[in-house]
Amino acid sequence: MAQDFAPQSSRPAAGDEGGHAQEYLTFTLGPEEYAIDILKVQEIRGYEPPTTIANAPAFIKGVINLRGIIVPIVDLRIKFGVGKIEYTPFTVVIILSIGGRVVGIVVDGVSDVTSLRAEQIRPAPEFASSVDTRYINGLGTLGERMLIVVDIERLMLSAEMALVDEAAEAAA
Amino acid sequence: MSIDMSQFYQVFFEETAEHLATMENLLLTLDIAAPDAEQLNAIFRAAHSIKGSAGTFGFTDLAEVTHILENLLDGVRKGELALREDMIDAFLDAGDVLKGMLAAHRGEGETDAAQAAAICQRLRQLTGDDAAPPAPAAASVPPVPRRAPAATPPSVAAPDESGHDLFFVLDGDAATTAAALDNLNAALAALGRTSVVAAAAAPGQPWHLRFRGATDAETLRGMLEFVARNDSIRVVPLGQATAFEDAPDGAYGFFGTPPAPAEEEAYGFFEPLPASPAEEEAYGFFAPLPDASAVPAPVVQEEAYGFFEPLPPVEAAAASAPNADAQDGAYGFFVEPQSLPAVASAAPPPPAAEKPPAAKEVMRPVPTVVKPGTDASIRVGVDKVDQLINLVGELVITQAMLAQSATQIDPVEFERLHNGLIQLERNTRDLQEAVMSIRMMPISVVFSRFPRVVRDISQKLGKQVELQLSGENTELDKGLIERIADPLTHLVRNSLDHGIEAPEERAAKGKQPVGTITLKAYHQSGNIVIEVGDDGAGLNRQKILAKARERGLNVYDQMTDQEVFALIFEAGFSTADQITEVSGRGVGMDVVKKNIAAMGGRVEIDSMPGIGTRMTVRLPLTLAILDGMSVAVGAETYIIPLGYVIESLQAERGMIKSVSGVERLIQVRDEYLPVVPLHEIFRVPGAVASFADGIMIILEADGVKAALFVDAMVGQHQVVIKSLESNYRKVSGVSGATIMGDGRVALILDVSTLVGMARHALPAAA
Repeated sequence: MAQDFAPQSSRPAAGDEGGHAQEYLTFTLGPEEYAIDILKVQEIRGYEPPTTIANAPAFIKGVINLRGIIVPIVDLRIKFGVGKIEYTPFTVVIILSIGGRVVGIVVDGVSDVTSLRAEQIRPAPEFASSVDTRYINGLGTLGERMLIVVDIERLMLSAEMALVDEAAEAAA
Repeated sequence: MSIDMSQFYQVFFEETAEHLATMENLLLTLDIAAPDAEQLNAIFRAAHSIKGSAGTFGFTDLAEVTHILENLLDGVRKGELALREDMIDAFLDAGDVLKGMLAAHRGEGETDAAQAAAICQRLRQLTGDDAAPPAPAAASVPPVPRRAPAATPPSVAAPDESGHDLFFVLDGDAATTAAALDNLNAALAALGRTSVVAAAAAPGQPWHLRFRGATDAETLRGMLEFVARNDSIRVVPLGQATAFEDAPDGAYGFFGTPPAPAEEEAYGFFEPLPASPAEEEAYGFFAPLPDASAVPAPVVQEEAYGFFEPLPPVEAAAASAPNADAQDGAYGFFVEPQSLPAVASAAPPPPAAEKPPAAKEVMRPVPTVVKPGTDASIRVGVDKVDQLINLVGELVITQAMLAQSATQIDPVEFERLHNGLIQLERNTRDLQEAVMSIRMMPISVVFSRFPRVVRDISQKLGKQVELQLSGENTELDKGLIERIADPLTHLVRNSLDHGIEAPEERAAKGKQPVGTITLKAYHQSGNIVIEVGDDGAGLNRQKILAKARERGLNVYDQMTDQEVFALIFEAGFSTADQITEVSGRGVGMDVVKKNIAAMGGRVEIDSMPGIGTRMTVRLPLTLAILDGMSVAVGAETYIIPLGYVIESLQAERGMIKSVSGVERLIQVRDEYLPVVPLHEIFRVPGAVASFADGIMIILEADGVKAALFVDAMVGQHQVVIKSLESNYRKVSGVSGATIMGDGRVALILDVSTLVGMARHALPAAA
């Protein structure tokens, strides 16, 4: 009895309705809420001024030293064109581990970790935005909140982020 | 003159252990039906490397076994022999024997001579090599061939048409000796007539054969070596036989069963004594003999080289144990009274003859065993070291942060806290230094092995070579150091063998008879460059092309010299006319290329016929330390590799010259140099704009000079180079990044590119 009960209690969202749920880290950019696959997140840390890189796009703030590793920092607010660009003690950097690379993204704040089942994510309609809808997996609904589920790995390794050499060449 | 080789033994042991492991892994994965050529090559290379280093360091027993192994592998590799299951088994067993030998040299076990001999035999049989003497039976290789030279008898005579007297002692028991004799007889019968003068009364007693035929002494010796104890063999031309007959015979009588060189016996009988080889004890041992005074002093003296050395007890055990059965004989001889009279008369000649080798042994103390513990090192994964370095970096930052906060605390009230923080700072710095030093080593670690290599090989080849080293203090990553050693050794050997000509040839060409090999290391444009140069004959373009055609490579006459020279890096490519011990098998150069490519580097060859050849190895700087000058531009700090900096100066108005309305030139003494304003190129806001207010740093890269304009110079540091590309992409004008003492990232400037920018279009004066 106890054994049967235990797994259900640990994953109520998954257990109750039987759908396959995935965990997402949600963060805010201005008024918008975004969700990314939690497995891509390495850590979350405060913002520290990075060392700027010459002739890099504006949304690449520069590089920081993360325990001896040189990590580029991307300000998603600039990239997505949302939110006020200010750096306060509450500004947060999410360190992502994607495709063998370590990249940091600046966001306004981290909200929480939520489970979303596949049926909770609706396909995003085609719309014009600063971020290509190719990188949006869908729109998640969580009560009143709408979460923009981003395929962060594809986005970060894409040519437009100019973080990767081959992509940069392809874009040029 | 004397170079202490023991410091390299550890490296050799580790390398060899690695090669053996590689070999074993590859052997195990090898598909017998359709062996992968690449894998066969890799196995062969491993064997070749072991042989090479073992030879260099004087571990002849390892070299001997690997040599035979290599021959067989070479046959397989070239497709002359079909790979069979039993070969793989033999290879694996050979690997085990080699491991055993290695362990013995480390002082961790015992060499098993019989095993080694057996495996040599087995490999030879597999090779089916006719050149190998036809003696398939008894164990023949001496336990530690290092001692073989000492045993070389004085009686090697010039070839004698009429024949030779052969004295030898068979090794092993009755059954194997019988087989050995049969084989020997058969072999000798093919060459001439043999008669038995005196057969051994018992196993271990000397044989005396009379051989009549035109075969020279060396050949006969070679044949005997496969059945008899190496050290017991005497080949005496017939005419002179009588003169020697008494002496060796007497000597055998005296030496009893194993007429091994004195040294070996020394281990045998000193072994039971405490390891501290006090003289009294030594004599004390002899004392119980019936006639102690008859034991000739010279023998003791000569043997003393062997045992009065502060030998680790392990060796004594290692050397004596394999001869366990022989030892009985040895002890037996001492109690055999009738042998003793011979002692006085017979013993002196052999020791006298043995004197030079014995003296040599003293100069090179105990090369077979490195005392365990004295040079202890542990091998740790590089990732662990990297993690350590990163964590210490983090600690330094935390410490700096604490120190910063502490400045706001009243130093009087919190004196203890302040003292603690000062202590912390010191400890952190020491720790950081210590951790950094784990990875960084000067290249002299590698270079210092070459004087010996060059000396040995040039002697072997009969060439006169002088080695010049420069830039030994160039520091590079330990990982690179370890991996560059092998390729460099190959390059040096190659230069010695193929590059430098024989003295007569050099003299004929009007060169100094003494050739020069230069080894040079330095940093250049973000690379570590290691040059191996010689003033030898240079590469022969035609010969390389011809050889390439012969091998069916796609070549044509219009290829550039560079392309042609690059052909020598092809696997199995050798233009040497004959295979020598040093090179000529065509392995080595492809290994060199492979290893260097694996490190992310490249090799280039420059060669001029008659002038010489220069091999240039370029390695990337990953994790190498760089001497850098830090400069400030706006709020940013950049590092300029110090090697490019010629001077720095504050420009005066009059020095700045304008061309077409734009100030772009600076006159430094009598030169006009282009000005590269870093803040413009990197678009750094808030930088000093007026040339007169900042600092001009005169740089030179690729022979071009330029003045880099920055706000200020900050200082000079040794920085660890980190790749920017591992998580980001390549940035023009930046070769890498580093982490400064305060934890911030500073970019390292790519001076070549920046100087190049001065020549080409500047970013339209933003």
